[in-house]
Amino acid sequence: MSLQLHRKTHESVVYIDRDSAPRIMPSGEDFILEDLPIGTRVIYPKPPIKGLPNREAAIRYALNHPHDCDPLFAQLYPGMKVTIAVDDISLPLPPMATPDIRQTVIEIVADMLAGHGVDDVHIIIANSLHRKLTEWEMKRMVGSKIFDEFYPDRYYNHDAEWAEGLVTIGHTKHKEPLRINRRCVESDLIIYVNINLVPMDGGHKSVAVGLCDYESLRSHHEPQTIRDSDSYMDPARSALNHKIIPLGKMVDEKLNVFHIETALNNRMYTGALDFLLKNEDDFTSFDRLKFETIRRTMSKLPRAARRKMLHSMPSQYEMIACHAGRTDAVHEKIIEKNFDQYVIPIKGQCDILVTGIPDISPYNVYSILNPLLVQVMALGYHFNFYRGKPLLKKGGVLILHHPCYDEFDHNFHPSYIEFFNRLLPETRDSFTLREKYEREFANNPSYIEMYRRGNAYHGAHPFFMWYWGENGRQHVGKVIAAGAENAHVPAMLGWDRADNLTEAIAMARSYMGRSAEITMLHQPMIGIADME
Amino acid sequence: MAAAAFYDLEGTLVSTNLVHTLGFYAKNQQGLFRTFKKSASTLLSIPVFAVTDQYSRKVFNDLFFKRYKGESEDRLRFFAEELFEGVLKPAIYPGAIELIEKSRSLGLRQVVVTGALDLSVVPLMKYLGIDDYVTNRLEFVNGVATGRLLPPVVAAATKASWIRTFAEREGLSLSDSYAYTDSMSDLPMLSVVGHPAAVNPDMRLRQTALHHDWPILNLK
Repeated sequence: MSLQLHRKTHESVVYIDRDSAPRIMPSGEDFILEDLPIGTRVIYPKPPIKGLPNREAAIRYALNHPHDCDPLFAQLYPGMKVTIAVDDISLPLPPMATPDIRQTVIEIVADMLAGHGVDDVHIIIANSLHRKLTEWEMKRMVGSKIFDEFYPDRYYNHDAEWAEGLVTIGHTKHKEPLRINRRCVESDLIIYVNINLVPMDGGHKSVAVGLCDYESLRSHHEPQTIRDSDSYMDPARSALNHKIIPLGKMVDEKLNVFHIETALNNRMYTGALDFLLKNEDDFTSFDRLKFETIRRTMSKLPRAARRKMLHSMPSQYEMIACHAGRTDAVHEKIIEKNFDQYVIPIKGQCDILVTGIPDISPYNVYSILNPLLVQVMALGYHFNFYRGKPLLKKGGVLILHHPCYDEFDHNFHPSYIEFFNRLLPETRDSFTLREKYEREFANNPSYIEMYRRGNAYHGAHPFFMWYWGENGRQHVGKVIAAGAENAHVPAMLGWDRADNLTEAIAMARSYMGRSAEITMLHQPMIGIADME
Repeated sequence: MAAAAFYDLEGTLVSTNLVHTLGFYAKNQQGLFRTFKKSASTLLSIPVFAVTDQYSRKVFNDLFFKRYKGESEDRLRFFAEELFEGVLKPAIYPGAIELIEKSRSLGLRQVVVTGALDLSVVPLMKYLGIDDYVTNRLEFVNGVATGRLLPPVVAAATKASWIRTFAEREGLSLSDSYAYTDSMSDLPMLSVVGHPAAVNPDMRLRQTALHHDWPILNLK
């Protein structure tokens, strides 16, 4: 009876009972079926809010009815210098089906600029210390029309290591500099085009972080800030957000920023992969057929081909809101919409949190989910998807399911390799790593050249990935990597290892007790557990 | 402890190689006939150079520098500036200057370790602001090149031993030092420092760099 009542708490919360179907879990590039213990609470992504029927019209309306400032057309005059800054490929995830929302927004804005005689226009990708996008990715993001008109002289990636291309616009009260892209500083107007995939994105973070350099970034991308964030997906209780707001205010004082923010719904997949978002108890025969077909096909392919196949399936997100104007007012509206889509009311913390780690993260688009990225997805993103208090009790067990292969992308993540193999065997303490090694990596000339002239993440980026898991690491009592194909990767990350989920749950129960409450995040999902 | 950045030159910081320098001198001979003869024979030797370089850098050096036999020292020195302006300077990779500047800003000693000839390298080193370098030197008798190199011949393992000696003499920490090269023959040089990197590498060095998880740079 109690289980029956449990079932009705929320449409996204399902309890496993005797006749429940096994659940699908992503584990890297694989999908596995697992029978979960009776009583396990499974949290699904919230059903998608209906997308706006005419997104072009919604964008135009937002540009003409902005918050706290004049409409965009009223701010334009011939001869002015305009820079359009745009979020990079780290979102949405997976990359969305074309046309990307950024393409639609930029096409509308570019037409408006041309119509008002503004021809000194540059488009800059606000990649900060992320990798620079490849030519193909840049074209895919904005479409051929914009690409052909602006690339390469007027459409390019931000370069956080080009001293001449950066200007210090002020200092924090702790005398830390805020150095921003020179072209933006010298522009009469910056139009920032954002996609707010998770509540951590957007707002003042867009310009103050997306277009800054390493020295500016390290003041807030540090372990104590992450420890103090409860969680960083909840702007009101995110120390990271609190540190970035003053920087954003500084930007607003010195620069004229017109923000365009968009919110997406939860429709990650349709068609062949839509079953991933459904409750397995409600599967039709066709859903089961699709799952078995994909699973069998994948099992015959080598890992690189499986990865390629998954990365070639774009997401099918739809825009559910677009607002424009001054940063604070716009961001408030968009965050509200994000929470409408993602918030799932949850009653009671769990002792054991189970999460499959899919091959989807902001940092491995068209690349490998290396061990540090597995770490950031488990202890960073998945752990931080809460509001109020963590889904997992303090000292509880986090079980992740991933092969934990020792593979790195040499072009995209070169400094990760050294971080993992040279630093982690010495210490896993974030503060020691920051004090002792962060600057060495950040200043390594090889990594700088690979960031500037290639497509590598900045030398300091693996440190930020490690800090990103800091509040999760401090909170959990134990992490178990289920399905890990080797022992050394989990050991290096400070985790226990289990062959499979059953063994991992048995290990977790022996640690937490037989009556331990188990909750599983049904991946892939973006959802915020709103804890009572 | 102080440290250094050690660079190979040709193929690493500049796109030219030893053959370009030889070709330049070949086409600047006295008289049309000698120019034609020297240029043609240099051209015909290229496949032999390519094969021997794959086989052994020592054998390559023995064969290659014989091509300088009979050249006068005055003439080689006279054309060095022209060689720099016409051949070497335009061949500097765009990323090379950035790499050197960044490396210098970290307080690293800038050192070039190259198998090229001292005569041809001096103007380039001045241009790059590099004071520490080691090169190969031709043997001259009565102002005429014999086609042999003066020892020690800078190549492969000798580069590594020169770096070790230099670091000891100058009090440099090799584990904090960097090395950059494009060629598999310089593997020993990469192996003696703490931060090796392959630059515009050939296939063999690329595979080795991937195997050892070394950074792979493209300065082009």
